[in-house]
Amino acid sequence: MPTLGTTSNPLRVAIIGSGPAAFYAAEHLMKQAGLVVQIDMFDRLPTPYGLVRFGVAPDHQKIKTVVKVFEKLARQPNFRFYGNVEFGKHLTLADFKEHYHQILYATGAQTDRRMEIPGEDFAGSFPATEFVAWYNGHPDYRHLQFDLSTESVAVVGVGNVAIDVARILSLTPKELAVTDMADYAIEALSQSQVRQVYLLGRRGPAQAAFTNPEIKEVGELEDADALVLPEEAQLDPVSQAELAASNDPTLQKKVEILQEYAQRQPTGKSRKLYIRFLVSPVELFGDANGRVTKMRLVRNTLYKTETGTIRPKPTDQFEELEVGLVFRSVGYRGVPLPEVPFNDKWGVIWNEKGRVIDPATKQPLTGQYTSGWIKRGPSGVIGTNKPDSVETVMCMLEDAQKGATFQPAQPDLGSIDQLVRERQPQFFSFADWLALDKLEVAKGAAQGRPRVKFTSVEDMLAALGRK
Amino acid sequence: MKISAILATKGMNVVTVRPEQSLREAIALLSMHNIGALVVVESGKPVGIISERDIVRRAANSEDIFSASVEDLMTKEVVTGSPQDDLNAVLQTMTDRRFRHLPIVDEGRLVGIVSIGDLVKAQLNEYKGEIDTLQTRISKG
Repeated sequence: MPTLGTTSNPLRVAIIGSGPAAFYAAEHLMKQAGLVVQIDMFDRLPTPYGLVRFGVAPDHQKIKTVVKVFEKLARQPNFRFYGNVEFGKHLTLADFKEHYHQILYATGAQTDRRMEIPGEDFAGSFPATEFVAWYNGHPDYRHLQFDLSTESVAVVGVGNVAIDVARILSLTPKELAVTDMADYAIEALSQSQVRQVYLLGRRGPAQAAFTNPEIKEVGELEDADALVLPEEAQLDPVSQAELAASNDPTLQKKVEILQEYAQRQPTGKSRKLYIRFLVSPVELFGDANGRVTKMRLVRNTLYKTETGTIRPKPTDQFEELEVGLVFRSVGYRGVPLPEVPFNDKWGVIWNEKGRVIDPATKQPLTGQYTSGWIKRGPSGVIGTNKPDSVETVMCMLEDAQKGATFQPAQPDLGSIDQLVRERQPQFFSFADWLALDKLEVAKGAAQGRPRVKFTSVEDMLAALGRK
Repeated sequence: MKISAILATKGMNVVTVRPEQSLREAIALLSMHNIGALVVVESGKPVGIISERDIVRRAANSEDIFSASVEDLMTKEVVTGSPQDDLNAVLQTMTDRRFRHLPIVDEGRLVGIVSIGDLVKAQLNEYKGEIDTLQTRISKG
């Protein structure tokens, strides 16, 4: 057998998922000097780029420019994309072992953590990710309905996703109109009756996870006032000391911005976006129809653990907030893949530096790897996935060199392509995506928008003239 | 970033030792696993930590170091962390208090150990990622 990774025996890699972690791994594999590699990338959805398309806020187009990097990779002759093909459904692990030397799981963190409080499942209480996927035109979530006739909405969490949701709920029809948000979402949000949005953080301003550009942005909305309660903007002594010791100008700036908001008076804009601190939801209440009407909050104080982390501790003071919609954004977790060992507690694939391991033997499972949020949990920005994927690819290369890979019986390009065509005739190639992309962008240009998204598989097939 | 993100990719191997084991055994474990510290465990609970630094210190003024027991040398007041701890806070604490290994305990159970090297690497990757994202936005935007 000729050496693996050469013209006569290319290293064949299957990547499951097509978000940033998937593409950064592909990039690092493809740029290895002297390595001949063939990459096939699979996505459950018809379109590539994962959360860049379905997660990044539709009014944050600049963040999406990273797809230019990904597109360049995808156009290489040794790269193929198979969209609308699901691991475990259309192709099983056994199929991949038959056709590839290595498989990399980069499927991200697709669900929310729960708050684990009574009343969490009343109608009107949603994971924030479902709302995000809905307004971004995710085919699986386009049919959801959110009752935007309510006046008050709570968003639980103070990360960037929470703040995205709060901001999107506060945009005017004019601000919405220039985004690539799904048409149905623009229509629904343009008629929204929401007047108060409460962003709820359990710790203080100095511990909020959102970044400074995000918090600044909500202070500059066209028709919404960003407000912070003065007593909640004031730092407790523990945080004050921590902030002084940290010598972190970014963090100091964040606190400054929030304290400035605390001094603002409502200017008469029609919406108010309250950024609340030191409160945790403890229960949701509903009406006779099972719809959420109210949220009970407990006030927290902060304490420092032995390792220096500042944690919230509930007091005996409560307050009630009337809300008709609740979005929780208190963390994300991955979804297990069939036959892949999953650490259910942390919501990640069992792995060591990206090598998938068998939890029983603690030994690596030959040929299987993982990167991105399904590897380490949800953290960081898009670029954080690059060093993460590089770490995994280093393991892949090391193992490939040792010959510790799957031993595929049919490691040729044609046989897997034929198998995909048999199992999922409605797959989407990268050429299909480029055609769809062109159509979306052209439609958007006519409306002064970045693009108008296709949101259903049927529409995409129709647009490509494939019934 | 939380400590759990670091533990998630470290597999599930925490190399432990019992208090009554000999220092010879402890040193063999450190060498075999190429690590700098062992968590000392008694019936599943961490009761101490023993590091290469502890061993070197003892070796500097004791010839019969190999016959000592782990219990003789280990640090008993062991600081433990939680998977929910913030990376930056932990890094600050370890720097201030000058220890380099932190056992992580979740619901009373030892679930991992992080070294200052792990934390620095994670922080570095976090910064690298942010820089990459900003650079991409500038050069492609």
